[in-house]
Amino acid sequence: MNNTEEKMSKVSLRLNPLSMHVNPNLFVPASDEEKEELVVIRQGTSLWRDAMRRFRKNKFAMVALVLIIILFLFAFAGPMLSHYDYDQFNQGQEDQNPNWTHPFGTDRFGRDLLVRTMYGARISLSIGVVAAMLTFVIGSLYGSISGFVGGRTDNIMMRIIDVLYSLPDLLVVILLSATLKGPLENILQNSKVFSGISELGPAFFSMLIVFALMYWGTMARIVRGEVLRIKEQEYVLAARAMGANGGRIIRRHILPNCIGPIIVTTTLQIPAAIFTESFLSFIGLGISAPLASLGSMVTDALQGVYSFPTRVVFPSVIIALIILAFNTVGDALRDVLDPRMKK
Amino acid sequence: MLNYVFKRIFSALLAVIILITATFFLMHMVPGSPFLSERMTDSVKANLEKKYGLDKPLTTQYAIYLKQLSQGDMGTSLQKKGRTVTGIIAEKFPYSAKLGLFAIILAVAIGIPLGAIAAIKHEKMIDRLVMLFTTVFISIPGFVLGTLLLVIFCAILKIAPATWSDSPANYVLPVISLSFYPICYITKLTRSSMLETLGQDYIKTAHAKGLSAFVVNFKHALKNSVIPVISYVGPLTAFLITGTFAVEKLFSVPGLGRFFVDSVSNRDYPVIMGTTIFLGCIMVLMNLIVDFIYGMVDPRIKLR
Amino acid sequence: MENKHLIDIEDLRVSFFTPGGEVQAVRGVSWFLNEGEALGIVGESGSGKSVSAYAIMRLLQSPGRVVGGVIRFNGIDMLSLTESEMRSIRGNDIAMIFQDPMTSLNPVYTVGDQICEPLMLHLKMKKADALKRAEELLVMVGIPDPKRRLKQYPFEFSGGMRQRAMISMALACEPKLLIADEPTTALDVTIQAQILEIMKDLKSRCCMSIVLITHDLGIVSDICDKIIIMYGGEVMEFGPIESLFTNPRHPYTIGLIRSLPKIDQMEGEPLTPIEGSPVDLMHPPAGCPFAPRCEHCMKVCLTEKPPYFELEPGHYSACWLQYDRKER
Repeated sequence: MNNTEEKMSKVSLRLNPLSMHVNPNLFVPASDEEKEELVVIRQGTSLWRDAMRRFRKNKFAMVALVLIIILFLFAFAGPMLSHYDYDQFNQGQEDQNPNWTHPFGTDRFGRDLLVRTMYGARISLSIGVVAAMLTFVIGSLYGSISGFVGGRTDNIMMRIIDVLYSLPDLLVVILLSATLKGPLENILQNSKVFSGISELGPAFFSMLIVFALMYWGTMARIVRGEVLRIKEQEYVLAARAMGANGGRIIRRHILPNCIGPIIVTTTLQIPAAIFTESFLSFIGLGISAPLASLGSMVTDALQGVYSFPTRVVFPSVIIALIILAFNTVGDALRDVLDPRMKK
Repeated sequence: MLNYVFKRIFSALLAVIILITATFFLMHMVPGSPFLSERMTDSVKANLEKKYGLDKPLTTQYAIYLKQLSQGDMGTSLQKKGRTVTGIIAEKFPYSAKLGLFAIILAVAIGIPLGAIAAIKHEKMIDRLVMLFTTVFISIPGFVLGTLLLVIFCAILKIAPATWSDSPANYVLPVISLSFYPICYITKLTRSSMLETLGQDYIKTAHAKGLSAFVVNFKHALKNSVIPVISYVGPLTAFLITGTFAVEKLFSVPGLGRFFVDSVSNRDYPVIMGTTIFLGCIMVLMNLIVDFIYGMVDPRIKLR
Repeated sequence: MENKHLIDIEDLRVSFFTPGGEVQAVRGVSWFLNEGEALGIVGESGSGKSVSAYAIMRLLQSPGRVVGGVIRFNGIDMLSLTESEMRSIRGNDIAMIFQDPMTSLNPVYTVGDQICEPLMLHLKMKKADALKRAEELLVMVGIPDPKRRLKQYPFEFSGGMRQRAMISMALACEPKLLIADEPTTALDVTIQAQILEIMKDLKSRCCMSIVLITHDLGIVSDICDKIIIMYGGEVMEFGPIESLFTNPRHPYTIGLIRSLPKIDQMEGEPLTPIEGSPVDLMHPPAGCPFAPRCEHCMKVCLTEKPPYFELEPGHYSACWLQYDRKER
């Protein structure tokens, strides 16, 4: 076995044992403390702190967040800075190109386009946020009940969603929004309760209702999935053993633990709703005059596109920015809150 | 496989029936009749309604409609007097179909290779560029993009035709607007599917056999990765159909999408019914075809 | 003329350069193997046992890299070969089989297609000849009705059969060395035994060398001629199988052997695990990696790396306990 010994002597760190000078005093047993020093235990962090830290690191997401804040200010605070109103026909100032008095120019009725764009953004953002909230409420309720009760009820409830989603969604949205316009008009005109917001028009509400009706399924499915996952975990069993009833368990134990995916999905529903709204307004089936929706503003601007080609740019770009910003933030939240993706 | 096909056909038929019923009852719940806009006396209105069968109870109308449908008769348009719905569809659908078809081809031809390459060169420059590009453009609605393209190429640069004619030049911009979102989506989908596949054990095995990177990526990995992309073609069709509503209006294409939107505003019941059912059936058919292809590609389904 | 080793590893070092830091997975490992011999590499997860094998095949996943040492196969310096030269060795002269047979075969191609690939690539066979040879290979690993089986897809094979198919695919080009990375871990005990039998048979019939990587000491004793025990990216003990099992010297080896459930163990008797958690390879210790978990740990173990002490011919242990004894 000379080969082996030769081999061993070539191995860098290991010298011929007989020629090593090692302090004999070191050959006493090591204490437990000395051993533990070598064991490096990594610090645990809470899910939230870790998530926020990673979110902040994502430059695109932070920029998008700032953009969202700017857009909200633009939409809700902006009009206060201008002395024009969105439906104000400014005689003698029709069809102006962007200038100091009218930074976005005016349309063929002399209406200031900057203010109209701001109002359009306001409507889009409102619909987006409210629709997302609606799908959140309906979807979480439905999904958590379905997941919690389980069994045949769960099966049936999920089947209903499957059937709903097998219908071509935009077709149904179009038909529904056309259907609801009439009755909503009546309600808004006749009921005292809604008088304040009735000027938003039936289209606004019909779009909210329609979006919530068609798209709560996504949220429901996700919440149900989470509920099923958490139901199996031990702290739920413990709560049951202590006598907690279903509702309490859902509220205190299950929902707080699904918050991650819920937040992500809700955030991503906002741009989806805004897309649907602007799409419908663009083809003329959504918000209509005199209200300004970004989508309908694009359509209006298209009518004079050969004479005033740049007029379409403002509402188009704002729509794109809103959707892009929310999608970016939503994706970043998903990356950050999904524990499975932790590196 | 046969079992699978039968099950699929059955659910497809069920979906169609639900669609027809839902659309019918939905349409007739809309208050206001199609003759609202025209000025006429009440008795004339009543006569017209009688002529079109609108005064009968709803269920009877439904039964009549089903009977006519089975004979291939979708009624005549209320707005475009005298023209049959089927005739209108037959005239206008080919334009929309061409748009949609080109868009699918473009989306798949660009999306799959781009996504695959991005996955193969993961974390390198080309991957980052592709991801940046797709993430940004996937958020831009098709009609917004179409509008901007129209402005740039028709109004400002004046290189694209301003009025419609059935020539290839007229199809360029609409197809591009329509296909942008699908291209981005398919690229991302292929990329993430490919990344997942490349992490699988059988890719390690393929490398261990001494196969070249090209063979491993494009023979072993790609075939597995396109499976979810195939499933996407179904929802893609639905997207393209609704996409044509906006794009046709934008570029003045005389297709079915634009006409459908108009008929909704005008409450032209027969056209709305007919078009919805027709488009719905197309979607169902595409889903069926996709399921079928899926079964052919994935041997686990083919042989069960 | 010196007896050339089939494969010769000297002071191999492999690190993974992750965003969090450099993970030193293999820290100075040396061993060699002759033709017809079987080597067992035993260690727990994270010991570096698989990584050293992947380094031989140059299949390290980025961000892993060989950062030091020499790998010689039949006298050739493997680390200096080009990628295309490596490719002609993979599946041809050196073959590898992996742990999970359920996921190691491509689900969308037939088994026949996959077995024929190396045959057509390395041996330049035509498809028809390759299929014939594939049939012979399936027979060799004990799969009945090979003609029909070749046309089937992996999901139609059971777990044990898939692993057999994997073996036959690895052997297609009659490699001189087979590296098996935990080939039986994902299988039932009875199937395990069958697979090991096949491997033993092939070793003796084809004079093929085997490197068997596993965490299971029981398997190793069946088929291997010599063993390496790895921990924390380093070799703790190695030697011929008989002397290592009858006379284990390293505390880690002793702990491993002791923790195996024994067939004559009394019912209800607790198993003896090795206490503690694995080494942090981003901050590897200066001394013996096993020191924090060792019940005989001495002060010197924490600060100085023990050299290899030869206990019996060919049987080495890297442990300061041996030094103690030697001095006396």
